[in-house]
Amino acid sequence: MARWEPVIGLEIHVQLKTRTKMFCRCENVYLAREERNTRTCPICLAHPGTLPVPNKKAIEWTVKLGLALGCQIAPRALFHRKHYWYPDLPKGYQISQYDVPLCSEGSFVLPTEDGDREIGIVRAHLEEDAARTEHFGGVGGRIAGAEHSLVDFNRGGTPLVEIVTRPDVRSPDEARRFLQLLRQTVVELGISDAEMEKGSLRCDANVSIRKAGETGFRTKTELKNINSFKFVADGIAAELVRQEAAYERGDEIAQETLHYDPGRGTVALLRSKEYADDYRYFPEPDLVPVEPPQEMIDAMRAEVGELPGARIRRLETEIALDLAEGLVTSGRDALYARVPGDRRAVANVLMNQFAAAGIDPEGVNAEELGKLIEARDSIPRTTFDEAIAASGNGDFSAERYLGETVITDASELDPVIDRVIAANEAQVLSFKAGKEGVLGYLVGQVMRETQGKANPKIVSERLLEKLKD
Amino acid sequence: MGPVPFRVGVALAISREDVLHVARLARLEIPENEIERVRAELGAILEAVGKVSELDLSGVEPTSHPLDLVNRWAEDEPRPSLPREDALANAPDAVDGAFRVPAVGS
Amino acid sequence: MIDTLRLTAEDAAGLLERKEASGQELTRAYLDAIEQRDSELHAYLHVVGETGDGVPIAHKDLVTTKGIPTTAGSRILEGYIPVFDSTVAARCKEAGLPVLGKTNMDEFAMGSSTENSAYGPSHNPWDPERVPGGSSGGSAAAVAGGLAPWALGSDTGGSIKQPASLCGLVGLRPTYGTVSRYGIVAFASSLDQIGPITKTVRDNALLYKIVAGRDPCDSTTVDLPQAVEIPEAEDLRGIRIGIPKELNEAEGIEPGVSEQVQKAIALAEELGAEVGETTLPRSVDYGLPCYYLVAPAEASSNLARYDGVRYGYRTPGDGDLTALYERTRWEGFGAEPKRRILIGTYALSAGYFEAYYGQAQKVRTIISQEHAAAFEDYDLLVSPTSPTVAFKIGEKAENPLAMYLSDLLTIPSNMAGLPGLSIPCGLSDGLPVGLQLIGPQFSENLLFRAGHALERALEFDFVPERLRG
Repeated sequence: MARWEPVIGLEIHVQLKTRTKMFCRCENVYLAREERNTRTCPICLAHPGTLPVPNKKAIEWTVKLGLALGCQIAPRALFHRKHYWYPDLPKGYQISQYDVPLCSEGSFVLPTEDGDREIGIVRAHLEEDAARTEHFGGVGGRIAGAEHSLVDFNRGGTPLVEIVTRPDVRSPDEARRFLQLLRQTVVELGISDAEMEKGSLRCDANVSIRKAGETGFRTKTELKNINSFKFVADGIAAELVRQEAAYERGDEIAQETLHYDPGRGTVALLRSKEYADDYRYFPEPDLVPVEPPQEMIDAMRAEVGELPGARIRRLETEIALDLAEGLVTSGRDALYARVPGDRRAVANVLMNQFAAAGIDPEGVNAEELGKLIEARDSIPRTTFDEAIAASGNGDFSAERYLGETVITDASELDPVIDRVIAANEAQVLSFKAGKEGVLGYLVGQVMRETQGKANPKIVSERLLEKLKD
Repeated sequence: MGPVPFRVGVALAISREDVLHVARLARLEIPENEIERVRAELGAILEAVGKVSELDLSGVEPTSHPLDLVNRWAEDEPRPSLPREDALANAPDAVDGAFRVPAVGS
Repeated sequence: MIDTLRLTAEDAAGLLERKEASGQELTRAYLDAIEQRDSELHAYLHVVGETGDGVPIAHKDLVTTKGIPTTAGSRILEGYIPVFDSTVAARCKEAGLPVLGKTNMDEFAMGSSTENSAYGPSHNPWDPERVPGGSSGGSAAAVAGGLAPWALGSDTGGSIKQPASLCGLVGLRPTYGTVSRYGIVAFASSLDQIGPITKTVRDNALLYKIVAGRDPCDSTTVDLPQAVEIPEAEDLRGIRIGIPKELNEAEGIEPGVSEQVQKAIALAEELGAEVGETTLPRSVDYGLPCYYLVAPAEASSNLARYDGVRYGYRTPGDGDLTALYERTRWEGFGAEPKRRILIGTYALSAGYFEAYYGQAQKVRTIISQEHAAAFEDYDLLVSPTSPTVAFKIGEKAENPLAMYLSDLLTIPSNMAGLPGLSIPCGLSDGLPVGLQLIGPQFSENLLFRAGHALERALEFDFVPERLRG
């Protein structure tokens, strides 16, 4: 069996959270269906004679993102018209960028167990989003079988940055981690909420495979409509399996656009790419070139802080990579830095109990949380969990919870243990007959009797001793 | 005193397939009985405008704009949008506050 | 009794100022004239008859006017009533100019006679069996026929200058970028300009002053480097006028036209101008093919928004989305727009872009360079505006290429973004002959100065002979 190497490139769209749209000054805001077509104007409706005027903030934020991705900023960038036909594209063309994008030739560092993986960034360019089309009469709102569609132009014209990577990604999991770290980066830059469920972060994958050692590229397929991090990995994995099986059978791979069906775990044809779209690009005559001024570049560079990837790298010196990655991509590493105490203990609590409690890391009293974590083993589990749940309150104090001590003294515990043994004859017999799992039940009974204050480990040891008799 | 800029009478060989392809790209449905006429007309015009390829302009920059302007943009400040009635005022088919269109089709 | 045939805009302003006539009386006079003569001239598509404090104005029907139908001479915009004003309409409104109505034009400004109007041609007031020129033929017919004191037209390949020439009027095609295109139904974005069509050069300067200047809604506009000067001087001392051989000796120029233009040039010399021969070696030969590539290419893109979804004509009957687009557009557009859309789409399509559109944009550079070279020796260039006087309705309508030749002399300077002023300089076979003055960018004041001085000396009577009382 040949060893096949995945060759994956990603195309990511980030919706910028500017106050206004890309080429008109309608509010850029997410609205419900009832408010269809209430944030439109002659420009984003493409009325005759209307002209675009670029959003300065969107240009600045694209430069900022490009800098964060290590890109070259174009000395002179152009907008181009990209033509195709769809009701959500009112002008019949999208204003986008073609051969002179704002940002190009960058790289994104993904920390891994075996060192840094560098994913090449071909380009990041600025364009306008299409409107929203809802399909009716078909199954589940899908296009297939629909009778008619309703178009809402509220979203039409929202600024989008399109990021294109080199086909440097080598596994589905790497794709997922790349996307998550990219998302975190974008959120920290303050330019987008980047939520896949809301559509402010979108990802398509270009997938091909080749034999280990091959240097060229084989035919790639395009995987679209992926709307969660998990589906990115699952969808790519499914496609890799399909391609591998095809090559092993001696078949060829056709250049197609596919979509992932998470219910079935399979990829299916969306449309054939036999005839590539002829977008008839030409420079947008209604807009003039953008030559980002040095002051703008400098100002944006100053706004780019220590990037998530770099912080993961830094934390890796203290804790395991997956803990570091988890803290950074969940936005908890700033709190982690503030909480004193054993690094691994703090990281663990933040990623487990603290995460489960759903507390907003901002505004947490780090000192108090640190005290709590330090006392973790000497207070009852239930008390600890209670304390975590309260740690987001302004007046949180660890002191309140440290008073509760765990009962470790055998002389205190023995009477309770004896009572439990006496009250649970059947279970005791069961345990002695070989059902070791019943021990957990008996421990639980002792914990109940002591309102959770007993040290479960010691209870378990004492029970075993007594039951051996 | 130069030659007439259009060399009328010499048609470029543009095929029926070319015509149908371009018509599809432009979303124009040419009735069957007009395709030949359109083909002949386009051929004549393309031949005439093709004259531009006579010049060797390898070192010349294209003109995208008559003026050398750069960096025209606006501050990110919202302006009032149209009331929905105005947005839909000229719509041939509006339903439930939206523009209705037939489905994409198979 | 207001003689609308003889009244200039300046005269009308004087009447209003001296309270010799009210705004209502003035509008009434034009409405009466429209009632008398427009059934013959068909200058108007829509009569409004607003009254106000300023001099009433007619707008070419591609000037978007809020609440007033705007069709651009096409069936595909039949019934379209804009919800916003174009910038030029707003500026006229702010200057107090009431709207008389919207004038007829070749559909989407594509034509040189108004015979491409979906609503029937306009007729030349000098001879109603002849065309008034195009595409701003309705505006020219209205002004020459005493149905409006002044009007706005648009010029892409000569659509202001040529009708002005055929109707014995003054027409300015301004420097590209000095008049806003916001709200002007777009034909070719890098060539379209709005300009005045008037009886006198001073009227022209007065109207240009009202509409010109940078517009934040149009990124391609600039402030005028100098304020518009209303011309006074009646001599041409110190002005060097060049006579480009290729423009003045092109094949197809009627001898009668040549004669009048040469007389006018001799007169210019008497007025003190320094006159000499110059050359534009390739601009005339290659100007027309260059224009008929660039303009249709941009038009094919600008006309993609007419799809029956948000406004305008929609094909009746059933069908899927593709059928909606294809039939709406085939049925809604007339023959000339369809022709140009197909040519333009071809020129932009994959595989043909470099040879056609790409090459044409380079030819444009050559044309600019040749004009710039001529302007090193001369302040202005002169030629006939149109190779012929007004031709008979129907004479060229069946032959697109023959019609295109009407623009032979106006196109080259347009491709370079240069301003041009056409003034009537005499009659040939009883029909007006136009003289074209071309200047460098932003030379409108010089054009007005030279045009005014010549106008005074020529003493051309702008009232059509057959209508003089």
